[in-house]
Amino acid sequence: MSKIAFLVPLFPLLGFLINGLGRKSLSKSAIGIIGSGAILLSFLTSCYLFTQVAAGAGEGQRFETVVTLFNFISVDAFTIPFAFQVDQLSVLFLLIITGIGFLIHLYSTAYMKDETADHYGRYFAYLNLFVFSMLLLVMGANYVIMFIGWEGVGLCSYLLIGYWFKNNDYNYAAKKAFIMNRIGDLGFLLAVFWLLFRLGTVSYGDVFANVDKLTATDITGITTLLFIGAMGKSAQIPLYTWLPDAMAGPTPVSALIHAATMVTAGIYMIARSNILYTLAPATQTLVAVIGLATAVFAATIALKQNDIKKVLAYSTVSQLGYMFLGLGVGAYTGAVFHVMTHAFFKALLFLGAGSVIHAMHHEQDIRKMGNLKKYMPVTHITFLLACLAIAGIPPFSGFFSKDEILAAAFAVNPLYYYLGVAGALMTAFYMFRLYTMTFLGNFRGTHEQEHHLHESPSAMTIPLVVLAVLSVVGGFIGIPEAFAADSHWLEHFLAPVFAESAKLAEAHHLSHSQEYIMMGTATVLILGVIVYAVSRFKKYTGESEQEEQGLGKILANKWYIDELYNAAIVNPLNAFAGFCKNVVEKSGIDGAVNGVGKLVAYGSRQLRLVQSGQVSSYVLIMVLSMVVFFLIWFNDTTIIQFFNKLF
Amino acid sequence: MIALLLILIPLAAGLVSFAMKQDSAAKTISLLASVVTLALALAAVGTSSSIVYDVAWLNDLGSRFTLKMDGLSKLLALLTAVAYPLIFVAIQHNAYKKTASFYGLMLLAQAGLMGVFMAADVLLFYFFWELALIPVYFLSSIWGGEKRIAVTFKFFVYTFLGSLLMLAGILLVYFQTADHSFAMKAFYEVKLSGAQQTVAFWLFFIAFAIKMPIFPLHTWQPDAYEQSPTATTMVLSGIMVKMGLFAVVRWLLPVFPQATVQFGNLIMILSIIGMLFASLIAIRQDDIKRLIAYSSIAHIGLMSAALFSGSRSGAEGAMIQMFSHGVNVIGMWIIADQIEQKLGTRKMSELGGLAQKAPAMAVLLVVMALANIALPLTNAFIGEFLMFSGIFQHNMWMAAAAGVSIILAAVYTLNMVQKVIYGALSPISSAAVEISGNVKMALIIIAVVIIVFGVFPQPMIELTKDTVAGLFVKK
Amino acid sequence: MPIQYYIYFCLALFSIGIIGVLTRKNAIIVFMCVELMLNAVNLLLVAFSKMHHGAALAGNPATTAGIDGQLFVFFIMVVAAAEVSVGLAIIVMMYRNTHSVDINFLNRLKN
Repeated sequence: MSKIAFLVPLFPLLGFLINGLGRKSLSKSAIGIIGSGAILLSFLTSCYLFTQVAAGAGEGQRFETVVTLFNFISVDAFTIPFAFQVDQLSVLFLLIITGIGFLIHLYSTAYMKDETADHYGRYFAYLNLFVFSMLLLVMGANYVIMFIGWEGVGLCSYLLIGYWFKNNDYNYAAKKAFIMNRIGDLGFLLAVFWLLFRLGTVSYGDVFANVDKLTATDITGITTLLFIGAMGKSAQIPLYTWLPDAMAGPTPVSALIHAATMVTAGIYMIARSNILYTLAPATQTLVAVIGLATAVFAATIALKQNDIKKVLAYSTVSQLGYMFLGLGVGAYTGAVFHVMTHAFFKALLFLGAGSVIHAMHHEQDIRKMGNLKKYMPVTHITFLLACLAIAGIPPFSGFFSKDEILAAAFAVNPLYYYLGVAGALMTAFYMFRLYTMTFLGNFRGTHEQEHHLHESPSAMTIPLVVLAVLSVVGGFIGIPEAFAADSHWLEHFLAPVFAESAKLAEAHHLSHSQEYIMMGTATVLILGVIVYAVSRFKKYTGESEQEEQGLGKILANKWYIDELYNAAIVNPLNAFAGFCKNVVEKSGIDGAVNGVGKLVAYGSRQLRLVQSGQVSSYVLIMVLSMVVFFLIWFNDTTIIQFFNKLF
Repeated sequence: MIALLLILIPLAAGLVSFAMKQDSAAKTISLLASVVTLALALAAVGTSSSIVYDVAWLNDLGSRFTLKMDGLSKLLALLTAVAYPLIFVAIQHNAYKKTASFYGLMLLAQAGLMGVFMAADVLLFYFFWELALIPVYFLSSIWGGEKRIAVTFKFFVYTFLGSLLMLAGILLVYFQTADHSFAMKAFYEVKLSGAQQTVAFWLFFIAFAIKMPIFPLHTWQPDAYEQSPTATTMVLSGIMVKMGLFAVVRWLLPVFPQATVQFGNLIMILSIIGMLFASLIAIRQDDIKRLIAYSSIAHIGLMSAALFSGSRSGAEGAMIQMFSHGVNVIGMWIIADQIEQKLGTRKMSELGGLAQKAPAMAVLLVVMALANIALPLTNAFIGEFLMFSGIFQHNMWMAAAAGVSIILAAVYTLNMVQKVIYGALSPISSAAVEISGNVKMALIIIAVVIIVFGVFPQPMIELTKDTVAGLFVKK
Repeated sequence: MPIQYYIYFCLALFSIGIIGVLTRKNAIIVFMCVELMLNAVNLLLVAFSKMHHGAALAGNPATTAGIDGQLFVFFIMVVAAAEVSVGLAIIVMMYRNTHSVDINFLNRLKN
């Protein structure tokens, strides 16, 4: 029964309401249980839905249930139902969101335990609201419900990034995230209006069934605008700068934003609209190019970051770029696959980083860490597994998904592939730089910190272990055809969703031998990079601290993009606003209004002089006016007649 | 009968309130009257058909005392009726000199507003239009801030100029009606030549544009909002600016269809420029009240653009938004008033960290702010969604340009939220205390309205359906 | 007597009145000139009235046509009388206050 689908978002909503309203009266353990329990219930419901979908769908059949709760907006021109859609794609995302979401909630109960009860309650309320919004986004059966979730996650990220609201830097980061997202949201919204205008509907089923009613311009326009939305939400060039700043939030929140929710929204949306994109080759190219550029660009920045969370943030931006590359080359399954594996290992990396930060008493600079493997064995092992997964070492999960995307990219354009591999090598380098500097070598922090180093409590390590297992084995649901026929379970599962696109797109298939060569070369190269990174940074002592020079300095400063945006957009806009306020409004419009008033006052002052007080002048004016009046009133012939008669 | 009572009760209560010697008596009577009015308005909304009240008035002139409540009238009468108890509850503890007169004038303004929203005779409409304005003029000039005299004078000259133009327009059309009548029906059926339409259209439009206000006729507004006592500002920005929009729906679009089509684009462009202009200025404001004032101009600009877009969903959205914006902006004003009353400043640069001192207020402010930026599942989203979709149908580029304002809205609203409630405590805000129970109640009611209508907007849409249908009848 | 003579005479009388009002400063003389103008009009009214009435009588002995001109004259005389009394009173008061009857003396409202 898919009728219970509404329960999935309902539990987090209830959790949000209870924790949000009762945060003053509930105890911390109660808040933790309610917050995590709500997500656990959602997860169990999602599992049930998954079994239903898996059982209900025959081989290659599309299983799709739309559950309409009520009519959200119904006007003459269109009707937008508040409806949920359960099919292969959404149920897969449900599992990722609620599953990883639950682990993060569980982790948070320990990570945030130093907060006071009402802030603890606020934290879990936001967290639940976040999951709720993401579930709405994924489950919505039309673009408007998706948009509700779309803006909802933006709001929650705003609230959570600015969770420690006494610090104004965090508030700026939060505001930046929201505004960047809003820019994208405008694109999304315009696409929705376009659909409504052309088709009068935004429900997926109706839209996809009626794509032939759209002209090529329509489709290109709609897909481009939707992609602008995705740029904002999924942090692609040029709207990515909010994501690294979003590290201001508590670390589990970063894990939630980066792994399970929010940033994957753009990928989900494009995967959902795959038919539109397949019909818009121009947009597909745009998506691929932007994705690839982001993947490489963010990777270069990550090479030189020293904040443990910043490295991970740029790595997320970079990995998201790969997913968009996959979408752009039509490898929808590959992109979704990478979303899933990335969710596993990125959540693990962030939670591991959180564990490190927790142990280091909120120290995030990797130059001041080192040799933590001695104190934190569980964190160390799980972190290492995650690094191997993200670097793409077989048989860890990242290998399979990344390989699938890169293979598809090669089939479309080999240049995509080469750049992609270059990005992957950089990924391996910065991840193992991070790993080595954190866990190997000598400890470089203060004595006090060293004294307090400890492994995190089990509420934090259990999620790490679970995620580590998933990161290792998660790839096996998508083993390439090259290894064994019919072994790609995920592709078969999702095939119905992408069936229409698959029909339209020409199939690019590489020969198995070519694929073996590509995989082998890439793996060897990556291993080489890892060995180099480990050996180089193992000896890092922190003493040889010199100012970065040249390219290194540019990379350490993130290509000065923030500065560029400030100089090119923010400051001119502010100046223009000031000009509007002080010059146009005050002197221009209001000046004109007051000018009219002054003119009237001046005129009346001048006119007053006519009133001299001399009675005879008044009479003179009166008489003259009467004479003039007579002359005007009677035309000349009448006057002449009058005089003729008189004389 | 309900229609007449909706006017008479505030009128009578207002007059009685004038006569009260004790402040508390005046307050009680006013609150009571406003609650009764609210009950009546709810009853009116509950009636499925339109309500008509009609008696002879100035027969020789061809004018009758006709009140008619269709969907939009009901919605705006409800807005007026909802707003007043909220305002009275929120300002309960504020001290005003000559309290009785203050409350009396407020109620007189309410009577005028109700009349404006219900009048189905253009002379009657004009009468109520003025009746609503005059008390506000006195409220601002007697109880306002330091610059009140200059500012109310400006306000008065502006609106009075508009009124005169409108009167000229009314007479122009009146002499063209078949039987020299002021009745709504006669106006709707009047046949005007192209030139007459143009002239009368602009005479009417300028009057309404001043009231809304539309760029570049808006400069009275921020000053008036800033200098008026906040209770009056709530009436001004919550309800009174809707008079202009309402008048466009009732008296402009149906009476001058050709001129509307002819000048619609020009007005839309002006509205959109105004939106962006006001949003930009709002970014640079330090004064909370002026910020809300400019944000209000931006929102009104959108509604005006949507009304002139000639699309059904645009009109539908604008009507819903009239109600939503009215309620939401009153919430913003209540908070601004609280801050000013408690801390004696409206400068955001002097505030900060209020979330630590007044968490309930902070939460409610965030809710209002989210409604102000039209986040989904708040009532404002529904209206804005429909309006933007209407504008998009008219012209894609206009929608895109207008859409920029939703980004700018996020900028200035979040700026305000950040500067007021987040960050470290400033010296001034460390004296802050939590808002009192009555204010909290008023704000919670507003927050509930925001969310309930954000999730279930359909009743509002159904209510205004007949008005929308009336607008799009082929003449 | 032809009507023209009356008209010439009244014109002259009226013009003398106007010129007097315009040129003289003594309030009493101005006042007298105003009276002169009034009486010029009165005389003209009576003359035209007589002319029209006379013409109408020739057709119909019982007619009253044309006599309303003389009625007006009575009104004007009554109003003029009232005006004279008020005007003279003002002049007397003015003289008491300023010891002058110069009309240009009282232009203090100017500033």
